Amino acid sequence: MINSRFFNRSELLGFLALAVLLFLILPLSLDIFRLNLVAKYLTYAFVGIGLVLCWGYGGILSLGQGVFFGLGGYCMAMYLKLEASSVANTKIQSTPGIPDFMDWNQLTSLPFFWKPFHSFPITLLAILLVPAFFALIIGAAMFKRRVGGVYFAIITQAIAAILTILIVGQQGYTGGINGITDLRTLHGWDIRTDHAKFILYFVEVVLLFGCIVAAQFIRLTKLGRILVAMREQEDRVRFSGYSVANFKIFAFCAAAVFAAIGGAMFTLEVGFMSPSFVGIVPSIEMVIYTAVGGRMSIFGAVWGALLVNFAKTSLSESFPQLWLFGLGALFIAVVLAFANGLSGIWADHVQPRIDRLLASRKSKSAAGMIADGAPAE
Amino acid sequence: MSDETKPGLKSPLRRKLLMGMAALPAVSMLGRPAFADVPATSAVNTTGLAVTDSEVTVGILHSVTGTMAISETGSVEAEKLAIEQINAAGGVLGRKIKFIQEDGASDWPTFAEKAKKLLVNDKCAAVMGCWTSASRKAVLPVFEQYNGMLYYPTFYEGLEQSKNVIYTGQEATQQIIAGLDWVNKTKGAKSFYLLGSDYIWPRTSNKIARKHIENHLQGCKVVGEEYFPLGSTQFNSVINKIKLTKPDVIYAIIVGGSNVAFYKQLKAAGIDLSKQTLLTISVTEDEIDGIGGENIAGAYACMKYFQSLDNPNNKTFVPAFKKMWGEKTVIGDVTQAAYLGPWLWKLTVEKAQSFDIDKIAAASPGVEFKGAPEGYVRIHENHHLWSKTRVGRAKADGQYELIYETADLVEPDPFPKGYQ
Repeated sequence: MINSRFFNRSELLGFLALAVLLFLILPLSLDIFRLNLVAKYLTYAFVGIGLVLCWGYGGILSLGQGVFFGLGGYCMAMYLKLEASSVANTKIQSTPGIPDFMDWNQLTSLPFFWKPFHSFPITLLAILLVPAFFALIIGAAMFKRRVGGVYFAIITQAIAAILTILIVGQQGYTGGINGITDLRTLHGWDIRTDHAKFILYFVEVVLLFGCIVAAQFIRLTKLGRILVAMREQEDRVRFSGYSVANFKIFAFCAAAVFAAIGGAMFTLEVGFMSPSFVGIVPSIEMVIYTAVGGRMSIFGAVWGALLVNFAKTSLSESFPQLWLFGLGALFIAVVLAFANGLSGIWADHVQPRIDRLLASRKSKSAAGMIADGAPAE
Repeated sequence: MSDETKPGLKSPLRRKLLMGMAALPAVSMLGRPAFADVPATSAVNTTGLAVTDSEVTVGILHSVTGTMAISETGSVEAEKLAIEQINAAGGVLGRKIKFIQEDGASDWPTFAEKAKKLLVNDKCAAVMGCWTSASRKAVLPVFEQYNGMLYYPTFYEGLEQSKNVIYTGQEATQQIIAGLDWVNKTKGAKSFYLLGSDYIWPRTSNKIARKHIENHLQGCKVVGEEYFPLGSTQFNSVINKIKLTKPDVIYAIIVGGSNVAFYKQLKAAGIDLSKQTLLTISVTEDEIDGIGGENIAGAYACMKYFQSLDNPNNKTFVPAFKKMWGEKTVIGDVTQAAYLGPWLWKLTVEKAQSFDIDKIAAASPGVEFKGAPEGYVRIHENHHLWSKTRVGRAKADGQYELIYETADLVEPDPFPKGYQ
């Protein structure tokens, strides 16, 4: 069934519910510490939205989204680090004016690939373009050769592992296992204050809704339907004359860009970036958020990222030694019992009730109109 | 565990028993009424920390899950022991210490998140925590922004000093220079082969070691320097190079699980540590537990504490620790340093007559702890500890035998001139 409206009724409901929650309820009810945590959770929602497009609709399971999350995050971190490493701030070093970890590693000048990150506009472009370009290369190399399915998943996982090893190994250039820490200002604006955190939260939510709308747009165009067709019957699409590889590359690149935006926001919200967000484990966690939320639902991905991370925080606060088991049990339960995740539960159990309620309300209001002038109940 | 985050709620009897057992050295003080000289809360807490008339809350922030859990568990145990003992001795300014434990999960952003929670939500008066440099780097901005106080137990690379941190472990020069001098003087060592895991602590430490060897030791040289990724288990090629260059000293700063492979492969390659001098600054009794005493027997380690130290403080500390955490536990250098944290905090608070962070930070320099298992320690103006450097030799039973200790306390120097 083709829906001509941008959002159908249940999607609109989901959109509004999320908007009310993120724009009103959470900022009004949470203190700045918890709000900042929510902002951190939401950075994973960006990755989730990308995964819905690429995995849920396109059927391309990527276990390496951490790579793009990390690339976006590192681009932002490099800019912030350069700003924090002014000559005045780094007087005690052998070479003032370069990031502290370079100094520990006996580097005496800024490596060439760091230099563009002095400029804020170039950094913003790099956050979007570097991951997209990287995804383009991987996608072109894989999809043109018709590598897909499990093989593709394994290769993305390998890339995540390789990038982690590269970052950890080249610590003079990347900060190594410590990552890039002690980030202070963005274009002269201190990002560590409560006020800044509050503003950053709203910037992030606006960006998130931008991504939701973009993803919805892609989904509704002909392109989105080709993605679904490819997932179901790849050969048929190919024989119909479409270049399957190009569509796949596009979906993969789009997912990469979404993840990179999330990563850049993560750096701003948390104040540092480290290889522990690039590797295999975080990449798989990101897939889990999406699976829990429901891989066919853009809103589900957001809810999944929020709820799983919320559970992670609250479980680990209450049970410091046992929380990982609890979280594991939660995943198993959700995946075993509800294959379509939270959005599946919603669509199967909650949505019909709301529909019924609305339907009865409609007939009631119709009845009310007949009994004109009757007092409201 | 929930019963540990809310002590006293679930099993007061067990807790009292533990307290009694752990506090044997302080039994004489138990009879004194604790509330007799308790200063008013409004006077000792002007910044809204979690201090009441009867209780003060501190945080414990270590990894109890993930790869670092093995190393950090000892620190958690030592801190809990110290807190029990302090409570049994009447608490801090007449207030019992209550602790909230959080799990850093071997994940640096989690450390930052939990540190923030402990400071912002729980208003902890002090936090004992962190182990790796990465986790400390991650929480440092949080402690500085929200003005908390961190007691950090691990020996580390230096190059850092903060109003909001007390470093109870050694910074690099305290651990390195005296050891190199000793090996140069007593063993006549002239050539050194430097090894390390590839991250900031070993790299910075080896940088200091190299400068000291080349600039301060007469006629000595470094014949090789190599790094291995964390978790690496392949050391055969470097062992071959060591065999070819025949250095007088192998200087090893390999951490974690890699140690097991390194010492086993060294032994298998026929390098006999009773003849080849090997000096390490990264293997404590905890690591030997994993390596196996027979694989490392004969190696020298440069630390500030060994479980086998023969002094009255240590003779009450080791049994108290084992009574609380089991006969089989071993106590390494960092575990002892972690034990100092709560005690130093208590002494500082009592010196400042206040829980306020600014006053504690200002009062810290000069605070002395005479009951430290390693012996007398004192806090320096730079928030590190004056402590002795000791060299021990590993025995097959997993313990170190003390070979040498500096005559005086060694001054901490986190930004050593001429070593950068």
